[in-house]
Amino acid sequence: MSTNGYAVNRTAPTVRRLGRRGWRINLLYLPALALLLTFIAYPFVRGVMYSLTDWNGFSPSYHWVGLGQYQRMLSDARVRTVLLNTLVYAVASTLLQNAIGLGYALLLDKGIRGSAVVRTIVYLPIIISNLIMGYIWYFIVRNNGGALNDVLIAFGRDPVNLLADRHLAVLVIVAANTFQYVGVAMVLYLSGLQSIPRSCLEAAEIDGASPRQRFWRVTLPLLMPSVTVSMTVNVIGGLNIFAVIIALTGGGPGYATSSLGTIMYQLYFGEQNAGYAAGLGVLMFLLAALLGLTTLGALRRREVDL
Amino acid sequence: MSGSRRIVVRISLAAVAIAHLVPFYLLLSLATRSPGSTGTIWVPQFAVHWANVTEAWTAARLGPSLVNTLVITVVAVVVSAVLGLCAAYPLARRVTRVNSTIMSAIIAGMMVPNLTILVPLYGFMVQIHGVNHRWAVILLHITFNLPLIVFLYTGALRGVPRELDEAAAIDGAGLFRTLFQVIAPVLKPTTAAVVVIVGVAIWNDFNFSVFFLQAPDVRTVTVSMQAFFSQYNVYVERAAAGSIVSSLPMVVLFLALQKYFVKGLASGAVKG
Repeated sequence: MSTNGYAVNRTAPTVRRLGRRGWRINLLYLPALALLLTFIAYPFVRGVMYSLTDWNGFSPSYHWVGLGQYQRMLSDARVRTVLLNTLVYAVASTLLQNAIGLGYALLLDKGIRGSAVVRTIVYLPIIISNLIMGYIWYFIVRNNGGALNDVLIAFGRDPVNLLADRHLAVLVIVAANTFQYVGVAMVLYLSGLQSIPRSCLEAAEIDGASPRQRFWRVTLPLLMPSVTVSMTVNVIGGLNIFAVIIALTGGGPGYATSSLGTIMYQLYFGEQNAGYAAGLGVLMFLLAALLGLTTLGALRRREVDL
Repeated sequence: MSGSRRIVVRISLAAVAIAHLVPFYLLLSLATRSPGSTGTIWVPQFAVHWANVTEAWTAARLGPSLVNTLVITVVAVVVSAVLGLCAAYPLARRVTRVNSTIMSAIIAGMMVPNLTILVPLYGFMVQIHGVNHRWAVILLHITFNLPLIVFLYTGALRGVPRELDEAAAIDGAGLFRTLFQVIAPVLKPTTAAVVVIVGVAIWNDFNFSVFFLQAPDVRTVTVSMQAFFSQYNVYVERAAAGSIVSSLPMVVLFLALQKYFVKGLASGAVKG
């Protein structure tokens, strides 16, 4: 067998042609590779370079400042808040989406009539823009005329200005993001559940395992591959959260609900601080790599084979 | 499952459904009432105030924006699917050390959140005169979706027997005919998944569009909605109506082709 994997007799003329085609089929990935190098790899390198300068984003002149921008991050209270927010958005919404998504999947897996309709309803927000979903939540939680405050008032409570409170507003953003994407985890877990052989659960039942034991000892371990995929995807998506924040708070009050993404936007276009913004981009990339690989690694180890 | 547990599950499912419908019910109620109404949106207005829709349509320039979004989405989806399939073919069929390395590098591209390189990307786009041009955003959408597409197609290609390629070659088909007339039809389920995942992501994109398509006549729906909202956020009724109009095409498509959406998006598990 040749190294290109074609298990062929090289002496047959037609097949030899195919073998000779061998290396040339590699040309097929060149357009894709060229795009990836031009619009991802090259800008990435350029971003690292920007982050070592004090470039303002438009002027032709700039100065090298070495690691000055990164040093500045260490003492910038704003960066501390934003970094913490970004982590909260990524981690909290990942945990919530997966816990709730798993719960929904377990309910849907019981095969009760109407399950398909419930699945569709939970799934619907995924295909709507996250900016628009942000606006929908704005209509609900806004201070005057928001649906939530109408309920509080009806029960004789004082209305709450959720979006003006720095901590509550962060939670609203987490909730909005979770509501929108809980269906992704749900569908992944549902297909994971459906691939678990009935015989495993039946064997556990015959051996006297309680429903709780069956879940923790049989279902969940066999579901770990789905957990790995779902959590890794959610963590990276959570770091990239942007539109929901723009729709709900614009990053405010002040910068209290900003993420790395929204603050970069502000620094670049608002404060003309391209070098600093690029540095935050590099920081965000490192965070994504670190958090993504940690999640992947930690969960992979818990996967079991049947 | 015993009868009483069945009832508990059924009630829980109903509660889930209601909880997830409430935001949409409130949106609909807000979008259909007269501007400036003071009552709560929990109680819908009996007579629908259709002017919200027409006013949002003209003020937010939703018509031209929908056309822009459609053009960008269709072009980017078609080109990225073709390029992705082309790239996946040698990567799945010729597993050399170089190709495996390239494959890993492409897959690593999936882990890069697009906001991380937006600043240098903007500088680059200014240089190549791409800002406020649809082609620029189309190129970015193609590029950033390629890793996932290559990943999905290589996975699917591994399940397609090589005998099929060989038979096509023996019958005298060239490389492109083999790929697009013999292999591609076998990969239709994957193509359906690709179209759905990438189509939804591009249609709904805000991250790229808001940076690169600010000029009014190139704006996509999300950018127009954001401009409209920040300008007139006192007119929540119109904003709500605009939200519905801009989401409607995807919602209709979703309800009609649900099977492909759920299967496709689960196989890519893109966002969130």
